[in-house]
Amino acid sequence: MNPTQDLLRADNISLTFPNGNGGLHVLDSISLEVSPDEFVCIVGPSGCGKTSLLRILAGLLEPSSGQVVFSGERLARPQRRIGFVFQQANLMPWRTAHNNICLPLELAGIAREEKQDRSRSLIELMGLQGFEEMYPRDLSGGMAQRVAIGRALVHEPDVLLLDEPFGSLDALTRERMGEELLRIWKAHRGTLLMVTHSIPEAVLLADRVIVLSERPARVVLNLEIPIPRPRSIDLTYTEEFGSLAAQIRGEIRVNVD
Amino acid sequence: MIPIAIGFALLLWELASRWSGLPAFILPSPAAVFNRTVRAIQDGTLIRHTLATLIEVLGGLILGTVSAIILGYGLAKSRTVERFLSPYIVASQSIPIVAIAPLLVIWFGPGRLSKIMISALIVFFPILINTIVGIRSVPDDLRDLMRSLLATRWQIFSRLEVPAAMPVLLGGLKVGATLSVIGAVVGELVGANEGLGFLINIGRGVYDTTLVYTAVIALVALAMTLFSLVVLLERHLLAWRDTGEPKL
Repeated sequence: MNPTQDLLRADNISLTFPNGNGGLHVLDSISLEVSPDEFVCIVGPSGCGKTSLLRILAGLLEPSSGQVVFSGERLARPQRRIGFVFQQANLMPWRTAHNNICLPLELAGIAREEKQDRSRSLIELMGLQGFEEMYPRDLSGGMAQRVAIGRALVHEPDVLLLDEPFGSLDALTRERMGEELLRIWKAHRGTLLMVTHSIPEAVLLADRVIVLSERPARVVLNLEIPIPRPRSIDLTYTEEFGSLAAQIRGEIRVNVD
Repeated sequence: MIPIAIGFALLLWELASRWSGLPAFILPSPAAVFNRTVRAIQDGTLIRHTLATLIEVLGGLILGTVSAIILGYGLAKSRTVERFLSPYIVASQSIPIVAIAPLLVIWFGPGRLSKIMISALIVFFPILINTIVGIRSVPDDLRDLMRSLLATRWQIFSRLEVPAAMPVLLGGLKVGATLSVIGAVVGELVGANEGLGFLINIGRGVYDTTLVYTAVIALVALAMTLFSLVVLLERHLLAWRDTGEPKL
């Protein structure tokens, strides 16, 4: 089915939003690919169209030109096998944490018992025991985002797209959530593609970091992160980490000026 | 606090009827009204007419709410439909309901149907507006979430749009519940042979002012009961808004 190794691939994707004077050029022929079980981060200056790119990769947004290929087939609309985590937790406030996590199963018409089993294991994995019956308004930002990640994982998608999932969290919670994500990824396996604007976060978490330029966004760097796993937050003080981060930061700065 | 407030009002009323020098057919004492109410309950008139009004009110509320939700959903979903229909809707709302009530009684007869129609008409607008606002308030991210999970139209409607619009919709229903009573009474005052509005007309005609007061009190009780029922419904359906537990 698929000659190459990639699971999700973008071929020359461009995006122009129509507006008064000729359109807003957001993405400029972006090509990238993600292999199975790989953890890739996309970094770029804010407002460069990272979210739009991710929405295109999820099949939620049609590119102006180019195509997305998902496990060998052209992606024309959203797929259940592609999970999506939004910037804000984006929970349904009228559903408890447990029922938010169950939503994808419910929509797919999964039987009750299986639903219970799967949601229970997800709640355990996400460290949400004791919070099942709480409503989103009673959850902290970090907890809400855990529920959101649980919801995205519950139907076991092949690839998980995360759009700055920790962007609205405070710095300490953010670090914790990064480590949690690594733990979950290790336990769950699977392919992750995460948009972030935090360079240290990207270097700490990813196998590979893709750097985008300012709008219209192009891929300006595709950097392997050779730091062995398991990685911990203490790595951020090492020289190797520093030089990788500096390389990414330099690339962003050059392309901003 | 409520019993004290009611007691205070009754006291003022009693004092006013005693010392204002107004004749009893203009301002009867609370005791006289109370006696008249007891008599009206005992001979069955109050129950009969309250029941008649209640049926009209419920009929109007249900008809008005259901049709407003259906049309409101259509308007919220389609800008074209909204542009086409909104002049008619706004125009129909600028006609005072009292002015067209006689017309509706001519069209639908002096029976219950005309009261149900008037009540439905007056309930319609606030529910319509709140339905549109409610459906349009559904966050785009949640719509995207439903799309990314391949939700069907029905699933988007039942799992997202209905619960998301519910707070605003119930706000409209609160307004609608009290308006529905007004609508039914307006219809009864124009022409009817039963109901609390009819009772008011009778009382006025025979200078039985205490009966007018009795009917008005029954109307207030009816409207307040309806309103409280919507509040209870709201508390039950929107329990997720305020669970009162500390943030963790």
